[in-house]
Amino acid sequence: MTAMLEFDDVVKSYGSSTTEVRALRGVTLSVAPGEFVAVMGPSGCGKSTLLHLAGALETPSAGTICVGGQRLAELDAAGRGELRRRDVGFVFQRLNLIPALTAIENVMLPLELAGEPARSARGRAVEALEAMGLYEQLDRYPDDFSGGQQQRIAIARAVVGERRLLLADEPTGSLDTASGDEVIELIAALPEQHGTAVVLVTHEPRFASWADRVIFLRDGRIVDETPAIAAVAR
Amino acid sequence: MREGLLALLAEGPRNGHQLKTEFEAVTGGVWPLNVGQVYTTLDRLARDGMVTRARPNGEAEAHGRRYELTAAGREELASWWQLVPAEDPPPRDELMLKVLFATALGPAHAMTVITEQRTALLALLQAHRRASRRPADDDTAAAMVRDALIVRAEADLRWLDLCEARLHAPMKGRS
Repeated sequence: MTAMLEFDDVVKSYGSSTTEVRALRGVTLSVAPGEFVAVMGPSGCGKSTLLHLAGALETPSAGTICVGGQRLAELDAAGRGELRRRDVGFVFQRLNLIPALTAIENVMLPLELAGEPARSARGRAVEALEAMGLYEQLDRYPDDFSGGQQQRIAIARAVVGERRLLLADEPTGSLDTASGDEVIELIAALPEQHGTAVVLVTHEPRFASWADRVIFLRDGRIVDETPAIAAVAR
Repeated sequence: MREGLLALLAEGPRNGHQLKTEFEAVTGGVWPLNVGQVYTTLDRLARDGMVTRARPNGEAEAHGRRYELTAAGREELASWWQLVPAEDPPPRDELMLKVLFATALGPAHAMTVITEQRTALLALLQAHRRASRRPADDDTAAAMVRDALIVRAEADLRWLDLCEARLHAPMKGRS
């Protein structure tokens, strides 16, 4: 089976030769379709860099990254943009919802940008929001929703259109514990219900424990990981 | 177990079988007992004047000796409810001891031990989480035990993070 996400000896450096900082130092990693992987580690260990590289937001200094079997290095900027629209969803600690658009318009946006007619985009957006437990008041603006509900809208936007890979960077960071639990539970259901592969960056063991596998990064290297739990054992 | 049996006997006289069954139900089934252990503890409690044989009671007595609390037993139980677990010195904790001794052997060894323990604890936390996601069985006691195991594992993981930060700062300073 082709991995949904594959890193092969990936290095990422910033700065010039005299001021070089190595954020990742030879990371090799494979995430299967429908697998939920959490990445943990102290601040500055390279967690967010790993996520940015996986989403083709940055390019590696060395090594190979493939998403759904596609080598990212073979894509130009337009190709990487297309890959992000089609296959990869992002959720961040900051919600990044567009305040001037309603909840449903926020979720419809990536579909409409991909050329989908408004009518079918609306139907799929409703489905995505319902999967996040939001059934009512979808024509209200983000500010009308609680922090936890806004994050659920952001996740719906990230996965709408059957994207196969969700990259989540501390999505519970701005939420209270109860809302954080709700959001993680919804994220954890995506692999089972939709076959979405999920990579979650978190410093909270409480949330990482929902994953099938937890990877520990330190100083840009994977230092350990928990054994993978087979999807059937979920 | 001693105080647990006293707590159950506060509800009224019981025989060893009843106490075993109720003890296991109250503790969510995580500490199974055998009846022999229960009667051994009851004998010790009787020797210490905390319980005494209850008056024979026909059919219930046929299933084993029944015991009831004495005034001293009620007093002992009341003290137990009020007693706050002492933290001076801290209770011996295997994880704490392991990391402290590993640190004594050098920071590099300590980091190896911390990494291994963290991974094992996270795997344990995953298992608890998975158990908590199974359909609810309405057993409040079992759920409370599971909650305790989850938050203790989380606390241990936080402590390992703090240990790593303390070890890492001087290590960086030396390099």
